[in-house]
Amino acid sequence: MSTAAAYAVPDLAAHVVQAASSSPGAFFSYFLDNRARTLDWLWAHTWLSVVPVLVGLLLALPLGWLARRYSFVYPPMMSITGVLYTVPSIALFVLIPPLVGLDPLSPLQVPIALSLYSTALLVRVVADGLAAVPQDTIAAATAIGFRPVNRFFKVELPIAVPVITAGLRVAIVANVSIVAVAGTIGMTNLGLLFDEGFKLSTDTPYYPPIVLGIVLCVLLALVLDALVVALDRSLTPWRRAVRR
Amino acid sequence: MIGDTFGWLTDAAHWRSTNFDTGIWDQLLAHVGFSAIALVVALLVGLPLGLWIGHTGRATWLVTVVNAVRALPTVGVLVLLVVVIAPNFYGRTNAGYLIPTEIVLVLLAVPPILSNAYAGVQNVPPAVRDAAFGMGMTGRQVLARVELPNALPLIFSGFRSATLQVIATATIASYVTLGGLGRFIYDGLAQQDYPQMISGGLLVAALALSVDLLLALVQRYTVSRGLTGRLPRAGRVRREGADSRSAVLTEELASQGAR
Repeated sequence: MSTAAAYAVPDLAAHVVQAASSSPGAFFSYFLDNRARTLDWLWAHTWLSVVPVLVGLLLALPLGWLARRYSFVYPPMMSITGVLYTVPSIALFVLIPPLVGLDPLSPLQVPIALSLYSTALLVRVVADGLAAVPQDTIAAATAIGFRPVNRFFKVELPIAVPVITAGLRVAIVANVSIVAVAGTIGMTNLGLLFDEGFKLSTDTPYYPPIVLGIVLCVLLALVLDALVVALDRSLTPWRRAVRR
Repeated sequence: MIGDTFGWLTDAAHWRSTNFDTGIWDQLLAHVGFSAIALVVALLVGLPLGLWIGHTGRATWLVTVVNAVRALPTVGVLVLLVVVIAPNFYGRTNAGYLIPTEIVLVLLAVPPILSNAYAGVQNVPPAVRDAAFGMGMTGRQVLARVELPNALPLIFSGFRSATLQVIATATIASYVTLGGLGRFIYDGLAQQDYPQMISGGLLVAALALSVDLLLALVQRYTVSRGLTGRLPRAGRVRREGADSRSAVLTEELASQGAR
């Protein structure tokens, strides 16, 4: 699999081969050599970065609405989510299984932990985004006959979209980095490239897997971020109209 | 599992260091130690720079550059730097692991501190700044006596966010064989000693929560009461809750990074 181990040639030759292929620029040939496996990890990484944010958004919408609707709910809810967001990711990963009753190294602990993070971040975003909807707009919507449920989905939520998508961007970019942390405790994702690079570097530095991992993580973060921006644009066409 | 973890944590032998094992107290000290070094360096770099950019409006591109650093995966950068730097150190020193870790921690801590200091100064109402100049204050006085105190809530939120990221990443530094509370997580994992692993997680979470609480207290007593609205009943001003809250939110959001 790995280039270093694949060459069972005499010492000197092995040294030369490794020195040549361990330059940081060699990450691309490393990618080509390990394409199938790397793409599997990339796919797992993407899945782990996106799904928890969607789960978080689904949970945060009703919770954020509650915090907005009943003002006495707001302070305690912000304290709870604040505390949750304070716990470092690696600690949350190892604490989830005993709390939920999973195996100590269940692959489910990562999506659960990330969903909790995303929810914690987004509840606040949703509550504050809804709070920023002008009172006049709500009054006008009521005046032209919107019932509360309809008004929420057709007036208040769309106006809060820019704030919510700003939160989604932060959550998703943060997730890409946090998922890689889970690689250090052996979970399958791009973080395993760092693990592999570290282990292959015991004697002499071997950069390709590490550089490849960083490149793919940054690309993934940029692509997902761009997708959220595109989503924001398509959900708020009136902002473009005003700009023109 | 919960009982075993409780047992592991309450075993006095795990708290003291022996010739073979480093105890919880010493790892805690190490963890706090290299977190503190990184935060002091980051504060010395990020705060003056952020205030200066906000005050003069020059070099705002630096804020964009510094924020782009956040897209980097922390673990990857940590491993890369360790692999590059560690082989240059031999013998009984952990400098080869400590130096790359400190570089990564500073890299992580500077963006929230710098960009929040910048945003804090930027968000000072122009009327307030004009009034200060109108009273005859020099540029430096305006920065120190008007802009800095007004920016303090955002500066604090940036510093708290930086602190949490540093504590979290210092934990991951144990993965590249450095000490600190993360040692228990990775050692527990390697030895399949799950009570130790979960105890490590609890200790790290407790450290992060108590440091954040401490900073919240410091913030409470240093930020001007004119800003927080914590005034005696007679002088209480009605705050426009929602709007001022969401104006600050975007800045605060940007300072939330990966933990």
